[in-house]
Amino acid sequence: MPSVSLADYLAVSAAMFVVGAVGFLLRRNPITMLMAIELMWNAGNLAFVAFARNFVDMTGQVFVFVVITVAAAEAAIALAIVVMVFRRRADADVDDISVMRG
Amino acid sequence: MTVLFWICAAVLLLTAVGVVGSRQPVHSVIGLIVNFAALAVLFLTLTADFLAMIQIIIYAGAILVLFLFVIALLTVGNQPIERGPGRLSFQTAPSVIAGVAALALLATAVRAAQANMPPVPPADFGSVANFGTQLLTTHVFAFEVTGFILLIAVVGVVLMAGRKEIRL
Repeated sequence: MPSVSLADYLAVSAAMFVVGAVGFLLRRNPITMLMAIELMWNAGNLAFVAFARNFVDMTGQVFVFVVITVAAAEAAIALAIVVMVFRRRADADVDDISVMRG
Repeated sequence: MTVLFWICAAVLLLTAVGVVGSRQPVHSVIGLIVNFAALAVLFLTLTADFLAMIQIIIYAGAILVLFLFVIALLTVGNQPIERGPGRLSFQTAPSVIAGVAALALLATAVRAAQANMPPVPPADFGSVANFGTQLLTTHVFAFEVTGFILLIAVVGVVLMAGRKEIRL
């Protein structure tokens, strides 16, 4: 039985990243777009962990720790912005939001 | 191990498509939870025990609950947002083309990767003890930066959420 190689993990990571990226470009609901961004973060994390295992080096795993922290901060701030936009207009389609003045 | 990997890979990709494709944001969150669970299993197969745990606790436990709260707060009873073509619908075809091109580019890079994983790493590789030691000795700067990022995020969210009058 062939064992799982680094290339297999990277292929899954790449496919997941592209699904997230295309979803981010195509969707117009800001919350769904944020979830597509989360998919891309996690695809990157999978590649980091696979490389850490491949080179038997903990640096990749520590970097994933930082990435998860940044993702949490990004989600909190982005959702706060979404809440502010939705308070203004309940049917917030991101294509219609063109004013950044606060 | 091989079977487990391919099952998790299939779950990851199917739920990723479900997250991106579903009409209701709540269905997307449920897909994302399953996605993160499968990802945690993949982390375990890569001997990243600590990261698998925080993937469940931080991501599925904290961040997705934040998403659920915002969805429950804002979109209950509303019509789905994406009715009819948007103002930027001419961008759909270029987006899909860009996605296919990115996938092709990444595939060529992936094909250059090594065919085999190296032999089994030391027993404590990726364990909580090993991770904590690394985080507080070799990578202590990353630890400090992490704390600073969280501080900035907290201050920023309090600043935005605490404002009385909101003008856009």
